[in-house]
Amino acid sequence: MSELTGRTAEELGAAIAAGETSAVEVTRAYLERIDAVDPTVHAFLHVAAEPAVAQAAEVDRRIAAGEKLGPLAGVPIAVKDIVVTKDMPTTAASKILENWLPPYDATLVRKLREAGLVVLGKTNLDEFAMGSSTEYSAYGPTRNPWDTSRIPGGSGGGSAAAVAAREAPLAIGTDTGGSIRQPGAVTGTVGAKPTYGGVSRYGLIAFSSSLDQAGPVTRTVTDAALLHEVIGGHDRCDSTSIDAPVPPVVEAARRGLTGDLTGVKVGVVREFAAAQGAEPGVVAAFEAGVQTLTKLGAEVVEVSCPHFEYALPAYYLIAPSECSSNLARFDGVRYGLRVGDDGSRALEEVMSLTRDRGFGPEVKRRVILGTYALSAGYYDAFYGQAQKVRTLVTRDFTAAFEQVDVLAAPTTPFVAFPFGSRTADPTQMYLADLYTIPSNLYGGPAISVPCGLSEGLPVGLQIMAPTMADDRMYRVAAALESTQSPRLADQTPEVTA
Amino acid sequence: MSTAVTGDLADVLSRYEVVLGLEVHVELGTRTKMFCSCPTTFGAEPNTQICPVCLGMPGALPVVNAVGVESAIKIGLALGCDIAQWCRFARKNYFYPDMPKNFQTSQYDEPICFDGAIDVDVDGRPVTVAIERAHMEEDTGKSLHVGGATGRIHGATHSLLDFNRAGIPLVEIVTKPIVGAGADAPAVARAYVGAIRDIVRALGVSDARMDQGSIRADVNVSLMPVGATEFGTRTETKNVNSLRSVERTVRFEMLRQAEILDGGGAIHQETRHFNEATGETMGGRVKETATDYRYFPEPDLVPLAPEREWVDKLRAELPELPAAKRARLRSEWGLSELDMQAIDNAGAFDLISATVAAGASPESARKWWLGELSRYANEHDAELAELTATPAHVAELQSLVDGGRLTDKLARTVLSGVLAGEGTPAEVMAARNLEVVNDTGALTAAVDEAIAANPDVAAKVRDGKVAAAGVLVGAVMKATRGQADAKSVRELIIARLTAE
Repeated sequence: MSELTGRTAEELGAAIAAGETSAVEVTRAYLERIDAVDPTVHAFLHVAAEPAVAQAAEVDRRIAAGEKLGPLAGVPIAVKDIVVTKDMPTTAASKILENWLPPYDATLVRKLREAGLVVLGKTNLDEFAMGSSTEYSAYGPTRNPWDTSRIPGGSGGGSAAAVAAREAPLAIGTDTGGSIRQPGAVTGTVGAKPTYGGVSRYGLIAFSSSLDQAGPVTRTVTDAALLHEVIGGHDRCDSTSIDAPVPPVVEAARRGLTGDLTGVKVGVVREFAAAQGAEPGVVAAFEAGVQTLTKLGAEVVEVSCPHFEYALPAYYLIAPSECSSNLARFDGVRYGLRVGDDGSRALEEVMSLTRDRGFGPEVKRRVILGTYALSAGYYDAFYGQAQKVRTLVTRDFTAAFEQVDVLAAPTTPFVAFPFGSRTADPTQMYLADLYTIPSNLYGGPAISVPCGLSEGLPVGLQIMAPTMADDRMYRVAAALESTQSPRLADQTPEVTA
Repeated sequence: MSTAVTGDLADVLSRYEVVLGLEVHVELGTRTKMFCSCPTTFGAEPNTQICPVCLGMPGALPVVNAVGVESAIKIGLALGCDIAQWCRFARKNYFYPDMPKNFQTSQYDEPICFDGAIDVDVDGRPVTVAIERAHMEEDTGKSLHVGGATGRIHGATHSLLDFNRAGIPLVEIVTKPIVGAGADAPAVARAYVGAIRDIVRALGVSDARMDQGSIRADVNVSLMPVGATEFGTRTETKNVNSLRSVERTVRFEMLRQAEILDGGGAIHQETRHFNEATGETMGGRVKETATDYRYFPEPDLVPLAPEREWVDKLRAELPELPAAKRARLRSEWGLSELDMQAIDNAGAFDLISATVAAGASPESARKWWLGELSRYANEHDAELAELTATPAHVAELQSLVDGGRLTDKLARTVLSGVLAGEGTPAEVMAARNLEVVNDTGALTAAVDEAIAANPDVAAKVRDGKVAAAGVLVGAVMKATRGQADAKSVRELIIARLTAE
């Protein structure tokens, strides 16, 4: 393993800018690492080796020409394969989009390229980001670098595993119900979900439009903030994108690293502690994390969010409803897979065969659930009711943030579980996002930072903040991280097959 | 599928009450599409005006066209509607191959405009039509079915898809049920659609070309027994694309439904198509299950909250609407009710208005547009507005006549030159040398010549038989190739002979 793959993104950017190394050299180091471990980890669905080296060479040229580039110029990055990329296939880990080459770049990808980041390739996920273990990828699961018999979390297991296994210093994830934070927690990486609308959704293949949010997956909080700054900001192409400057997240992370949280009020959600099913090791690591925050000067109080217990069922009505509509465009008419078009079948039949063959079981389950929930006669009972719960959850957050600056919670109720242990019962799988879903319904920022180990596997601590107070969340997360030496992300065991 | 229909409306109306409902789709004349910046030019090469957004490519997101919203508000204001303080787009979910996302971005329970009414003129009598709502939506693409005899999907070997139209902004205007129109129902439907057409044209929000589909009407008709309180089952005839067809559709459906009901049959709720050639409506496939569009608020678009100041400004800026303008000009022009109706029927109102504005008298403007120009348009199967002759041309032509430089007969010849694209009336007159000959010298010479060539006739006139002068006038007209004013020539000849 090259020494370069041991560094953080911030360190790599600085070394490239100082001329100590080059973007090409760094990119080659990561491509070699991918060659070495990805056959085992399977974090990537597509590795764009040649374009990445060419892009790195271009960054080196720009630096040599004296161009002023950002702090992450020349740093490689992996992008979740639900984000469209013009020169790389984008599949959303679905058969229905096998080999599809998008005609355009997502806004965030364009911003990455403009800032000189080098896109290494596309990472694995649960099909259309529906799942909590990356076992629902149509192209095979990703393995957790900490224990390859276990899941890397989902849906962004590929992005988290790529960072944890040092195949990329940075990755892009998307978080609809926890898909950045939850894989972050179980792989010992940092996963940040910015405020809804803080990063453009233009070019994210929509799963649930009102919940989807792209964000950073990194090894350190500062790296996450640096990446957040690159991809954040208003986009005219996304009408739900917030028309305001990105909060000063990097500055906040640096302030947090001083380890002083004096004057910060942290709330712990009473209802989460009471929720069934959290593993004792997870609870212990979380409580230790809260202890640390207290030691850093934060005031920790208990707050009540009585409607959080209904967040999970509400989510499982809203997200499938929106996905049933968002995924209707995959019908075999214009692009992607087409099955049965031999001239003997009617259009509806071709569409039906295409969708049957193209979609996997979890996608079908949610499309059917969502179609039912939206249908006449059931709308009020299901979708309408779920939206009311969403409003109540939002009110819980608003009330809590009148008392405290941020909320702290475990990220997941359990550590990475073995493959296949929850696929038989979807509702058991859905519990993995129990603690992350409320902030998606609310739309505020949330981050998962490693806070310890349980049975030798990483546990994450989640910090949630009010909408547009992303900086506050980074400050607290960085403070917690500053107490860890070595950081959890630096302790990933060497991957073995 | 069509049914032979006999009978007359009066007979039908002795037993049934007719209920109408009209849904008019107006294609807005915005430069770009409703949710992206693709151009909207009509008739472009297939699939040349498309982008990831209007193709519904994975990841693409819509952004609302502000001009589209403004146009919708203008339409709502002109229809006397309330403008929503806050409204949203909704997704109407159904599968259709020329609809890229398999949902249409539309409005459902929160339309931007609602509760309006307009008065329409039915043979000089105002009829109030209540408007339920006017909402925004996007158009779909277009399927072209190839290989069959009819151009319809049945029998076709394959279908081609053109997405240029996908995402073009539409405003759908929906009436409340129109009850009590009786035998006037076909005329009311026609007048209503015509009024909508004139209003959106006056607002400048659409080119309002029914023949190009920029205004399309869905015509709902149902019958209920006289005295009944519940509406009958309705049929919806889709995409009727001329005023005449709207009228014929209503008439045909009334007769057809009456015949079925009289025979003890039931009307199926279905969509139908109007066949221009036969004047009949034809049933489509009867849907086996109720359609469920699974509407829900479009999460990719933020809600719209049109600012009151903006709405008030748009209200203040509304142009004079056709009904008001018509009423004003009817009295200003001093034309008869019959003349005004003839003008409306010919669709010449705006052209005559513009001609008067260019300086012609209302009467002369009416005469040209309803006479010579209407005749020419009919012969050439064209709309008046499409002719080469413009209101400015007509005003100029009339001023040449009024100034004595053209006779009526010469003016008609000049107009044919204008219609043939030879230029303005003055240019045609000069190029073809058609001006009235006023040059006294030339005219005197021609008169002298005629008298000299016809001594017998001249003698009769000298003897007081003035009627005989006609021969001399003819000779002079011939010599001047018709460019002299016959009346002046006659006066000149008589003056000449009696002075001797």
